[in-house]
Amino acid sequence: MRKFDTKVQHLKYKVLREVARLAWKDELLENILEIPKTIVPGNTPTMRCCVYKERAILTDRVKIAMGGDASNPNIIEVIETACDECPMGGYDVTNSCRGCLAHRCEDVCKRGALYFDHNHVAHIDKSKCIDCGACAKVCPYGAIVNRKRPCENACKIKAIYMKENKAAAIDNNKCIQCGACVYQCPFGAITDKSYILDVIDIIKKSDNNKNYKVYAVVAPSISSQFTYAKLGQVISGLKALGFHTVVEAALGADMVADAESRELAEKGFLTSSCCPAFVSYIEKSFPDLVPFVSHNLSPMATIAKYLKDKDASCKVVFIGPCTAKKAEVQKESVKPYVDIAMTFEELQALFDSKDLDITTLPEGYLDNASYFGRIFARCGGLSDAVAQGLKEHGEEDFVLKAISCDGIEECKKALMRKNKNVLDANFIEGMACVGGCIGGAGCLTHGEKNKAEVDKYGREALEKTITDAISLLK
Amino acid sequence: MKITVCIGSSCHIKGSRQVVEELQRLISENNVGDKVELSGTFCMGRCQEGVCVTVEDKFYSVKPETVKEFFEQNVLSGLDL
Repeated sequence: MRKFDTKVQHLKYKVLREVARLAWKDELLENILEIPKTIVPGNTPTMRCCVYKERAILTDRVKIAMGGDASNPNIIEVIETACDECPMGGYDVTNSCRGCLAHRCEDVCKRGALYFDHNHVAHIDKSKCIDCGACAKVCPYGAIVNRKRPCENACKIKAIYMKENKAAAIDNNKCIQCGACVYQCPFGAITDKSYILDVIDIIKKSDNNKNYKVYAVVAPSISSQFTYAKLGQVISGLKALGFHTVVEAALGADMVADAESRELAEKGFLTSSCCPAFVSYIEKSFPDLVPFVSHNLSPMATIAKYLKDKDASCKVVFIGPCTAKKAEVQKESVKPYVDIAMTFEELQALFDSKDLDITTLPEGYLDNASYFGRIFARCGGLSDAVAQGLKEHGEEDFVLKAISCDGIEECKKALMRKNKNVLDANFIEGMACVGGCIGGAGCLTHGEKNKAEVDKYGREALEKTITDAISLLK
Repeated sequence: MKITVCIGSSCHIKGSRQVVEELQRLISENNVGDKVELSGTFCMGRCQEGVCVTVEDKFYSVKPETVKEFFEQNVLSGLDL
């Protein structure tokens, strides 16, 4: 069964897998230069103009798999050699233009930007065009296209720009590290730095969890991933990799829902703090709204704090769909609790670096959280959980008016309205990725059925209420 | 006296919440709250024998229906009452 959505993900995975394979054996340094050749053997290019360019780019990918450029604080990095410098420049007439009589394009253009040559073929005067796209919509031949780079198109907060050499670049003052560009770039030229070497190091030095225990905290969106195996087998796979045990981040979500519903009832207005890209967006683009951000740690950090409070020497590795989590764990408020964040993509690479076929493993268990903690993984889940939290606390007088923002564009709209004080809601659930965490850039697959899988996993929870799920943690 | 109950997933499924709640009830019923410290941990590595419980680091396998017996034999008897 296919494990990834795209060949770009597959290539990234192969690099991570080879780096990890050597790291487990302590042979990385001696063999590091051989990795590109292992992945692209022979002389026939399959991706670029020649194998030499392919290998040159792979060298850069290996660097990023080993943590990337430490001088750049951004988790997301552009691989300049891999950037194909895609055409850009907005709306353009292609050679599909037949030079018709109707000139609907001309009629619809309010700026008078369309002109015609002696063959009656349309052209766009770039000095007048405002890229509204009206002409493209009316052309019966679909001859007008929007030449926008996929990375720019993916980045709804406009943090991507073009450098003088035409390569894509990221404005760190705007970037929220959501990873949308990582998933969308067709050349795999933008990618998230990996810290799997640190994960391997932590596992090895624990000496089978004798020196300290290594906990894997997994995000609830895992239920929609690794579809070729059973979830219980993924849990067994994590233990086979060397984790002491696996804990649901959803249990942290139950704790958050419990605390956040109290905080909301007390303060009267809140924005969620679970999605690190959403929080970062508020910090960078809506600083006036920062006081409204929930003071709760994210579910990941909340459960990790619980683990570290119980066992100070333990190590916590978060595994999820999210690139922004890699930035969140570097925050001063989260650093003491979570040692490393990694993605499902990277987990697949770790399994295969040890030739672990998880489909052959017995099924382990993952069951602590409630339905409500688990549905945090999809848009709308957090609001449902906060509503449930209010109910369980007997705060029935408090009328919840939640707005669930599906993707960063929706978040932007809600935040702008709040900024102008015209938002008709008292709780903003912000999810930077469309669909919620199941749309995260670090997911193996982004399928139609993922939301249903998350809900199904939620319903399978032994604990039906938030209060029951967290009763043990008090 | 320190009692630790495993609240890891495997023991959770076998009823660790019921075990904890029953222990809490018994502790308050016997008024030994000041002598017994009840805490949880994630996974003791002996999932087959769950629900895993330790009393002063000594291991016991407890089921929700055997909590009372366990409490009387291994907790109350060990306390200096």
